[in-house]
Amino acid sequence: MDLESQGEIKRFAEQFGSEGLMVVLGSPDPESAEVFARTVTEGDPSYAGPLAAVPLGLPVYHILEDEIKAQVDPAVYERQVGLMEMVLDADAIVRGVQAVRVSVRRSR
Amino acid sequence: MTLKGKRVIAIGERDGIQGPAIAECVRTAGAEAVLVTTQCYV
Repeated sequence: MDLESQGEIKRFAEQFGSEGLMVVLGSPDPESAEVFARTVTEGDPSYAGPLAAVPLGLPVYHILEDEIKAQVDPAVYERQVGLMEMVLDADAIVRGVQAVRVSVRRSR
Repeated sequence: MTLKGKRVIAIGERDGIQGPAIAECVRTAGAEAVLVTTQCYV
């Protein structure tokens, strides 16, 4: 994740708190989904950005997860996500994000 | 995880689903998109 965005997320979480705050990703593959999910939970895995060693522990989901999709207006979802949903490997991406959530829960 | 009433950080990606698309989706579920970004993962 770029350093500017890491800084914005860190400032936002510090200023307003993490209560009621969550992250929704739009990554196109499991690798980037996992890196971004780890960045907002355990801290920047590359140790390069403002979130290095900052475990925000934010709930993180992917827009392709059924749990999220089910809550979105179907017509808007189809228009905004439908095409990418067809071409991306949703199962693998979702597994990557879920694995991070499980690993964060276990470490607490 | 219920979206309604949540503040959402939308982290999209250029080659996947972009931030504004995620934001528009979560708004229809009653969430507020408080930070919207589109990354380029390399």
